[in-house]
Amino acid sequence: MTYPLLRVEDLTIGFPYGTVVHGVSFDVHPGETMALVGESGCGKSITAFALMRLLPPGARIQGGHVIFDGVDLAAAAPHALRDIRGRSLSLILQEPMTSLNPVLPIGMQIAEVMRRHEGIGKAAARRRSVELLELVGVTDADRRYDDFPHHFSGGMRQRVMIAMAVACKPRLLIADEPTTALDVTIQAQVLELLDDLRRQLGMAVLLITHDLGVVAQWADRVTVMYAGRVVEQAPVRPFFATPQHPYARGLLDASVGHDGEAHYTTRRLNEIPGSIASAAGEAGCPFAPRCPDRIAACRRAPPVLTALGPDHNVACIVAAGTDHVAVDR
Amino acid sequence: MTGLGRAGRTLRRTAWQALPTMIGIIILCFFLLKLVPGDAADVIAAEAGSATAETMAALRARFGLDQPLLMQLLAYLDNLAHLRLGFSARFNMPVSELIMARLPNTLMLMLAAMSMALVVGILAGWVMAIFANRWPDRMLQVVVLIFYSTPGFWIGLMAIVLFSVKLGWLPANGNMTIGADLTGFALIADRARYLVLPSLALASFFIAVYARLTRASMLDVQRQDFMRTAAAKGLHPVTIQLRHALRNALIPVTTMAGLHLGNLLGGAVVVETVYGWPGMGRLALEAVTGRDFNVLLGVLLFSSLLVIVANVAIDLLHAWLDPRIEVH
Ligand SMILES: Nc1ncnc2c1ncn2[C@@H]1O[C@H](COP(=O)(O)OP(=O)(O)O)[C@@H](O)[C@H]1O
Ligand SMILES: [Mg+2]
Repeated sequence: MTYPLLRVEDLTIGFPYGTVVHGVSFDVHPGETMALVGESGCGKSITAFALMRLLPPGARIQGGHVIFDGVDLAAAAPHALRDIRGRSLSLILQEPMTSLNPVLPIGMQIAEVMRRHEGIGKAAARRRSVELLELVGVTDADRRYDDFPHHFSGGMRQRVMIAMAVACKPRLLIADEPTTALDVTIQAQVLELLDDLRRQLGMAVLLITHDLGVVAQWADRVTVMYAGRVVEQAPVRPFFATPQHPYARGLLDASVGHDGEAHYTTRRLNEIPGSIASAAGEAGCPFAPRCPDRIAACRRAPPVLTALGPDHNVACIVAAGTDHVAVDR
Repeated sequence: MTGLGRAGRTLRRTAWQALPTMIGIIILCFFLLKLVPGDAADVIAAEAGSATAETMAALRARFGLDQPLLMQLLAYLDNLAHLRLGFSARFNMPVSELIMARLPNTLMLMLAAMSMALVVGILAGWVMAIFANRWPDRMLQVVVLIFYSTPGFWIGLMAIVLFSVKLGWLPANGNMTIGADLTGFALIADRARYLVLPSLALASFFIAVYARLTRASMLDVQRQDFMRTAAAKGLHPVTIQLRHALRNALIPVTTMAGLHLGNLLGGAVVVETVYGWPGMGRLALEAVTGRDFNVLLGVLLFSSLLVIVANVAIDLLHAWLDPRIEVH
């Protein structure tokens, strides 16, 4: 087995008011696309930011490890972390309108990351940035180098963000809902570009989304989160064929249209009765209040992630057939 | 767009808006000043101690004060149209010469005060934002509140008591050491020593305003997505603050600074009086007490011009800071 490029182990993240990510674990292998799915507010972004140690003020990693390329980023020294950020691990944010600095030319913002990590001169960085802009599909790149973000449309800005993120040929790109803010037609183009670059550069992508259609089309493996916990992880094919967790099943049912065809892209995750808010203050399984398969034992303790088959894990005592264990405890 | 082209365009636009206002102000002030009892002839006669009705009439005739009001106004406007500011009865010299002698001093004072307000205010605000809600922030907040709520002239007087009277570090009156024939660096140092206290008095309120503004906008910028993007590139925190945060945070500060230039000029009247600074502000005061309305109108005119030019400069600075702004 190849050692994973990224191994997240039991990652727990909290704000002063409480814990929002509870012991999340997943792996990302070199060159693959791993999708992190879940409805809004379930902790996807906070998890992504924690991987790079870029949490908002107040948030803290309370436990667990983030082993990237053999280094535990959760414990790394700030200067070591800075050498990794932008070079072997980079990030794309959801809002292309606000994630570029409005008062600096876009070319300079791309060149900056190469000058930081590769110590190249101004002219060389400019040349490389223009090449990158061409690579991500910005036409007339040499002239547009000096343009400011407000001269670009949302889709074009996201392309600029992508150019910036892949400038140093990272081994892993974290993309936090990279297309959520874009028009549907542009979404496909941007995802296509990401996938092309993934293959060209041999990087892995951690694709965060709440759109199952995106998962089905672009991901190799999927990790489903619910209320700050991983509830199921599997390769994409078995996941869509036989989802095991009642929440995952609910998601897939919800995304099948009236005529029986899949409409992943037009349906959203929260079409399961109830809401994620019902997980608050729950002692047992966070999904129990909304779960059709709920049994009494579900209310006792949060279920642990259990292997169902090769590379297929589920956190549900009913699906895993471990309910008697829970009852015994 | 070139900076020069932009400057020209802004200047033209401002001139179109400001010129009618200026003429309006001149006319209004002219009548207001004529409502004040007494004229230059009265003051000169009173100072001389003895004057006959004949000499008074001669004085009035010489300065055109015997003409009907409307004629006086028309004569003044006619002078203005030919870029003449008239003659000062009190100082016995052309108003333009008088103003030109004072203008550099006021400019220097304003420039020093504005620079001090911006530099000290931005630095203080920056430190406050970095240490938000910790003791350096809380301490500076108290200092800033004192600066904000205390009148500048009072701070000026207290500074004179402390730095001039008690410690003897800085001069309290005038703008240079009289009779000291200095050159080069010594001259600059001498002028700078005289500038410190009046600039501080003039700047104190604005230091407080810019410190608060910088603190708020620095904190606001830290929450922006592009700051996370910058950190995700592996940049050093100092680079992130200098290159990505500061410029964004300064945009609201320069906007305010532009609006404050007029206030600064108003404040100069008081500060120049307190510190015996031979500038336009004190000239205005002397003109009022001497009923020398030609001088006063000239000062008003130049002050408006000064504010217009300063606004164009601020506008250019603003455009450099924020590329999203385009001239309309
Ligand atoms: N800056 C913040 N301050 C306080 N709570 C936050 C902050 N950001 C996120 N949270 C909380 O953390 C949880 C996870 O948020 P997030 O990771 O942004 O969700 P998503 O899966 O939609 O990306 C949410 O319950 C949210 O309320
Ligand atoms: Mg999110």
